[in-house]
Amino acid sequence: MEMIKELLIQLFEILIYPGLLFLFVAALLADWIDRKLYARMQNRQGPPWYQPLADFVKLISKETIIPKHAVGKHLFRVLPYLAISAVVVCIFFIPISGSLALMSFQGDLIAAAYLLSIPTMCFFLIGWTSSSPYSAVGAMRVLTQFFAYEVPMILVLIGPAIVAGSWRIEDIAYYYSANPSMMFVNILGFIVALITMQGKLERVPFDIPHAETEIVGGVFTEYSGKLYGFIKLAISIEMIVVAALFNAVFMGGSLGLEGFLGFLLFCFKVLIIILISAIIRSAMARVRIEQMINFCWRVLVPIAMLQLIISIIARAFHG
Amino acid sequence: MPKITVPLGPQHPALKEPGNFMLLLEGEEIVDATLRLGYNHRGIEKAAEARNFVQATYLIERVCGICSHSHATCYVTNVENIAGLEIPQRAKAIRVVIGELERIHSHLLWLGVAAHEIGFDTLFMYSWRDREYVMDALEALSGNRVHYSMNTIGGVRRDISKEAHEDILKKLDILEERTNYYIHLATQEPTLHARTKGVGALPKEEAIRRDACGPLLRASGVARDVRKDDPYLIYDQLDFKVITSDACDVFGRLYVRVFEILESIKILRQVLSNLPEGPFAVKTPFKIPAGESVTRYEAPRGEDIHYVKADGGPNPARVKVRAPTLANFESVSYMLTGDQLADAPLIIAAIDPCFSCTDRATIVASGKQSVQSLKDLRTYGIEFYKKKGIDFTKVK
Amino acid sequence: MAKPLSVFGELVRNFFKKASTQGYPFKKASVDSNFRAQIKYDPALCVGCQLCVKNCPADAIKIIQINPEDKPQVGADGKVIPVHRKFECKIDLTRCIFCAQCVDSCFKKALSSSQDFELASTDRSSLVYIKKYQDASQDKADSEEKEQK
Repeated sequence: MEMIKELLIQLFEILIYPGLLFLFVAALLADWIDRKLYARMQNRQGPPWYQPLADFVKLISKETIIPKHAVGKHLFRVLPYLAISAVVVCIFFIPISGSLALMSFQGDLIAAAYLLSIPTMCFFLIGWTSSSPYSAVGAMRVLTQFFAYEVPMILVLIGPAIVAGSWRIEDIAYYYSANPSMMFVNILGFIVALITMQGKLERVPFDIPHAETEIVGGVFTEYSGKLYGFIKLAISIEMIVVAALFNAVFMGGSLGLEGFLGFLLFCFKVLIIILISAIIRSAMARVRIEQMINFCWRVLVPIAMLQLIISIIARAFHG
Repeated sequence: MPKITVPLGPQHPALKEPGNFMLLLEGEEIVDATLRLGYNHRGIEKAAEARNFVQATYLIERVCGICSHSHATCYVTNVENIAGLEIPQRAKAIRVVIGELERIHSHLLWLGVAAHEIGFDTLFMYSWRDREYVMDALEALSGNRVHYSMNTIGGVRRDISKEAHEDILKKLDILEERTNYYIHLATQEPTLHARTKGVGALPKEEAIRRDACGPLLRASGVARDVRKDDPYLIYDQLDFKVITSDACDVFGRLYVRVFEILESIKILRQVLSNLPEGPFAVKTPFKIPAGESVTRYEAPRGEDIHYVKADGGPNPARVKVRAPTLANFESVSYMLTGDQLADAPLIIAAIDPCFSCTDRATIVASGKQSVQSLKDLRTYGIEFYKKKGIDFTKVK
Repeated sequence: MAKPLSVFGELVRNFFKKASTQGYPFKKASVDSNFRAQIKYDPALCVGCQLCVKNCPADAIKIIQINPEDKPQVGADGKVIPVHRKFECKIDLTRCIFCAQCVDSCFKKALSSSQDFELASTDRSSLVYIKKYQDASQDKADSEEKEQK
């Protein structure tokens, strides 16, 4: 009896909260908020709240066309789901309501960072299997961009871990809740993280892999219907997950508040991160790939290194 | 690294009209670019010969959507020259007003398109929103947002009323403020600099050698402007500067266009402040005598040349249109070579191309010339798709 | 010189401004009173000179006489009463380019521009604007016929 109850609870956690269904709703909402903010800043009305859902339903109901010349048709079909599952698993490591995450072990920060790079790899493979010239160029860009932003991003994620003295996301969030003043130590790292987030989520100014005016749909050019709907969903979920991860790692998650209130605070802070992302997205032009690499390696990596040193010194002083 | 060919067009999000650019890529760098046109040939010149002079005005206006007034004015001036008509000063001034409003509208449109090509959608939305002021002014003046149909043989069709006059002046103030903001933005935004400076280089000698015209030529440091060099209408009485830039790149073209908006506002204020009194049209002559005429006109995109020949009959015997984009296309493949793929849409957009204006004639590859009737073409099309597994015979 | 996020102030300003876009099909769009949209025909003024037909660039307008059989009649006082020619106007909206040249050509002002620009229809036959000459008595007969139905 106990076992069945536990199993049911686990199923609930995976399928409903904080698993698939919750993430699905949250992703659509975040997508809408992002689009609405973007539109309002451009002095437009913006879409109604159900627009992302309507888009998703429309894509799901459309016919999926698989190109004749695609190499590895099974791979072509499986990759969107792989991308989604990777980001969904990642949310289990993050303490959303309260201070406890669903799954937690020493070093889950690294695991989360790796899980977050799986969608990027999926997008690269998606471009590669499509074998159309636009997808090929897009796939090359995905990989090049990955090498540019991933290093500073991982480097700045190490900073809080050093300050908190733990590789657990849960512990880091707990540490910052206990010592809120220590958050300011990582302010540089947080800024770098927000910039690399634009690269991770492939948004302006780093939406190079699917720059529509250059290479049409980029890696997703050949995708349609259900599969494309799931890719879109994966990107929206990734946005939520990355924002949640940064919130937990840099801003102390729900700041020690338990239950529903903690959850609300958490959502509010995630929304702030999405707002910052929307502002960056609307205030800039897309840069070229080599400009992006230059920027990441010449500006972001040194700042990230500096942040590491600051973190180590802060740790030494604070004990 | 293997070379791959990436087609840009005929259907591509960066192109607003069909045109084809085959880009040979080595990594991200373009090593060669081939240009192919002819997807938009509409046979306007031939169609003009089947219409009378008044009807042809509206047809020629539809050569281009954005510079509709330029083409119509150019054609109408030709016909007036042939008929020996002296049009009233007020008509000339109104033509200048519409022409300069059109220039502002075209340049703002270009700014938006160029911003969209580099992914700066916010600037795109702002500039198109501000363009609405010009569109509204044109709508109030002429009765339509795009095809103004202001010209008729012998003058213009509508007068500028007192209210419209004040309304335009008010809108010009807003536009001037907004244009100054864009100048401020263009000098400050680092991502905009990163994407436009040094991109699509066209040195002065090359621009002259390749017969570039309009803002493209002026951005390469050559002060050529038909309004100054060969003044038509009342441009010789107006005080304005020819904007040039020595940057020779996309940033220079941006600079030239944005500052030309300010010059146009200056011209409009001058014309509107002392609009000549009197009639705005003379009677359209019943018969146009035999003769021929060539007119040049500075369209927003560059020098527009029209030729009209009349043989005394009701219809023009020949109409020839040389749209500015045709002259500028020559430079595109030069500018593309050696640049990045990411810059290709911007470089193409930077000449402000208008493919349908340009597609005046189609050259059929030698040896393959054939004449097919519409019926034959239809059967050919049905057979062609049948081979691909699509049956169109059931479609009526 | 180069300042990142230089557009930020403008973004904030626009965020709190009223949106400049409209929800068009739900909110009616307005056009200027000078706008050239659908052409309206007044059969009472038309004399059938066919100038509008001659100058129409799109070949969209047709003016047809609806009583070609009528002969001139001799009145009681011996004077010849000329035929009152009656016309029907057909404008094919799928061909019309709304240049309003016909309005300029018409010296009797039988044609005029209106501001009706929402002309889209799913039915092709409703895209032909037809207006016939009807005199007062016939109007009455028509309405009576409708009532009977």
